[in-house]
Amino acid sequence: MEYGIFTVGDVTTDPTTGRTPSEHERIKATVTIAVKAEEVGLDVFATGEHHNPPFAAPANPTVLLAHIAARTERIKLSTATTLITTNDPVRIAEDYAYLQHLADGRMDLMLGRGNTGPVYPWFGKDIREGLPLAIESYALLHRLWREEDVDWEGTFRTPLQGFTSTPRPLGGVPPFVWHGSIRSPEIAEQAAYYGDGFFSNHIFWPAEHTARMVALYRARFEHYGHGKAEDAIVGLGGQVYLARTSQDAVREFRPYFDNAPVYGHGPSLEEFTAQTPLTVGSPAEVVERTLGFREYAGNYARQLFLVDHAGLPLDTVLRQLDLLGDVVAELRKYEPVLEGIPA
Amino acid sequence: MTRTIVVVSAGLSDPSSTRLLADLLAKAATEAMDEPAAVQVVELRPLAHALTDQLLTGFATGDLAAAEKAVAEADAVIAVTPVFSASYSGLFKTFFDVLEPGALEGTPVLVAATAGTARHSLVLEHALRPLFSHLHAVVVPTGVFAASEDFAGTALALRIDRAGRELATLVAARGETRRPDRFLRDLAAMGDFEDMLRGA
Repeated sequence: MEYGIFTVGDVTTDPTTGRTPSEHERIKATVTIAVKAEEVGLDVFATGEHHNPPFAAPANPTVLLAHIAARTERIKLSTATTLITTNDPVRIAEDYAYLQHLADGRMDLMLGRGNTGPVYPWFGKDIREGLPLAIESYALLHRLWREEDVDWEGTFRTPLQGFTSTPRPLGGVPPFVWHGSIRSPEIAEQAAYYGDGFFSNHIFWPAEHTARMVALYRARFEHYGHGKAEDAIVGLGGQVYLARTSQDAVREFRPYFDNAPVYGHGPSLEEFTAQTPLTVGSPAEVVERTLGFREYAGNYARQLFLVDHAGLPLDTVLRQLDLLGDVVAELRKYEPVLEGIPA
Repeated sequence: MTRTIVVVSAGLSDPSSTRLLADLLAKAATEAMDEPAAVQVVELRPLAHALTDQLLTGFATGDLAAAEKAVAEADAVIAVTPVFSASYSGLFKTFFDVLEPGALEGTPVLVAATAGTARHSLVLEHALRPLFSHLHAVVVPTGVFAASEDFAGTALALRIDRAGRELATLVAARGETRRPDRFLRDLAAMGDFEDMLRGA
């Protein structure tokens, strides 16, 4: 099982100081965070893709990931998510295969549809076609990494005749693909159809929702003949804030929680931790809560945590990572039989 | 078959004339029905915090989740709001804003409103009826508006009875209500993946 972090690269004012980092600071902090993640023993660093403020996540994640690949030795680089809707699948095929070479195979990617409607027309697409776009574009991407001289014709891009995307995947093995979704069963179905991974965002929503999506994906994975449902390749998000004691964690995180862009000014921290997988507490509490995810998601292959949003300053995030390293070391003691993710 | 009528009342005070009107309508509808009916009242005031939370987080919790489920599974809904600034109250609108899409599709809905003055009586026609039409509910032809002074007369009771009978007729004409939640409906609507791949 793999443990890691995922970031959306938000540039958010620190509510405790009123200070907003510059885009430059945020971008450099992201690199520092990724390097630190490797140092503390995490397996995966994943970045979002964004095209609008307040995000300083890359418009093309392979730029950031290639840089981090050169600064690290071991950690696997991924995305959360790469937009399969607004990116040309030909560019995804080329850029991520190139990254695969630069990173000596230490990468995979997660496909998603994006978080806001206006992104679509910026790239000449139509959000009302979001699902058909995701399905058609991935069908092409899947072929481009497996076939040369591709003849292709679809609805959403110009046809291809005898096209070979370059470079070819490293060692002829296409990058592993996760499909990320919060609420669309079509995406779970798509992941199952191809035998790819399915990643449930998991955070911000009640667990029973995740449980249903994961159960659907597992059943359909088996239906399409990729293996047993319990061996389907599931990833989960998570969100934690750690301190040595539970009281310190709650006290330190509350102002960030109360003002967080996604859920701030709504439920209390206590209500939200009860309602969603958010865990604010000591390392022992985070270990216990995380182990509980298996009760409704089954044994799963990858756990990513969000630790750097809502205006948390870099030094706090780095302290989080030190503690998360301890948490992950502890979690590894409870690992079920390993589920292999194709390299 | 026992039918379920869910009453949504957005009254804020206690006692509330909005709740009083809601109860009178529920009684009239129940008495007009041939089948036995169970009435469940959803008071929105105790759900106000949870409603704001759902606006911000995107999911319902606790009693609010139960209330939304009850409305989605109801054989009929009686929706009553006080008039605020010439329309339904924000709390009332918020509840119907956060319901799952399709939750009221085909559901008979009796609309009613209360206000301090009869000058607001057309609120039923310019605010409530379009709202429930948008939600694809079947709105009872007679809506019931009650200004404070109406509680003194006898005409209000006649309108209440008429609206209750109309609601009962719509319920009787309707089959059993089975409404799978959004996930199950999305799943049922998804179809075959090979068809999606072909752009069908």
